[in-house]
Amino acid sequence: MKAAVIVFPGLNRDRDMIAALTKIGGAKPAIVWHQDTAIPDVDLIVIPGGFSYGDYLRCGAIAARSPIMDIVRQRAEAGVRVLGVCNGFQILIEAGLLPGALMRNTSLKFVCREVKLEVVNADTAFTRGYRHGQIIRCPVAHHDGNYFADAETLDRIEGEGQVAFRYAQGTNPNGSINDIAGVLNAGKNVVGLMPHPENLIEAAHGGDDGRALFAAALQQVA
Amino acid sequence: MKARVIVTLKNGVLDPQGQAIEGALGSLGFSGVAGVRQGKVFDLEVPGTDAESARSQVEAMCNKLLANTVIENYAIEIYN
Repeated sequence: MKAAVIVFPGLNRDRDMIAALTKIGGAKPAIVWHQDTAIPDVDLIVIPGGFSYGDYLRCGAIAARSPIMDIVRQRAEAGVRVLGVCNGFQILIEAGLLPGALMRNTSLKFVCREVKLEVVNADTAFTRGYRHGQIIRCPVAHHDGNYFADAETLDRIEGEGQVAFRYAQGTNPNGSINDIAGVLNAGKNVVGLMPHPENLIEAAHGGDDGRALFAAALQQVA
Repeated sequence: MKARVIVTLKNGVLDPQGQAIEGALGSLGFSGVAGVRQGKVFDLEVPGTDAESARSQVEAMCNKLLANTVIENYAIEIYN
């Protein structure tokens, strides 16, 4: 499986993401700068975390409107897997590729700590390395991760298996509605999550609970 | 034409910043203040002299960028 990482000015987790994809996938992903006019023919497109455009206007809002996102949207519609982590999740939400909105944490504080995640839907290209209901560890680092969706959208995504991950065991760090930490699109080929699985993939990180997400995302469907 | 866009959170959307501001007002002695909601104001100049055309341009800007209509409402004022 080939992967590409989209880089916007102001991202800072792109190196961690590239390292994780390289270690787990065995090949360095293509690096696509936001001004590039094409994305190579890949099976997985990843938007990493950071602070694109300084979080001006709203987190992810300006990156979501850059021309490269039109290509990401076309690929997503064609079934290519798309993963957004942290600011990448905010960008996918602002681009309308995922439902809902991400707002300021209810604490109004930047949170940087480890949380517990429940794998809510283990039947997707990203999560099939986990068991349904499995609790995994994962670090978070964000100021605007408070997931919100109106009642109708919430009912739909809960009913259609579009909630991928939930904060578990009282570790919701940001006030997200229904403890939602990560969501999928209707086609289940686009996922976004606030936590950073790329920062927990090997013993030196203190654990490797995030590894299975990349192993699955980088694996061909049998 | 000059335009002012006021972006506010929709009813029912939690506003922790508004709550913190409300708490700060209370601690400054402004007792009884309730329902504080914060938002954003954009002032911009748009080409042309027709108010209706200016309004429709700004409306498109609001829908495409200035507001996140999942959680925010916007109001547009047009000036000469």
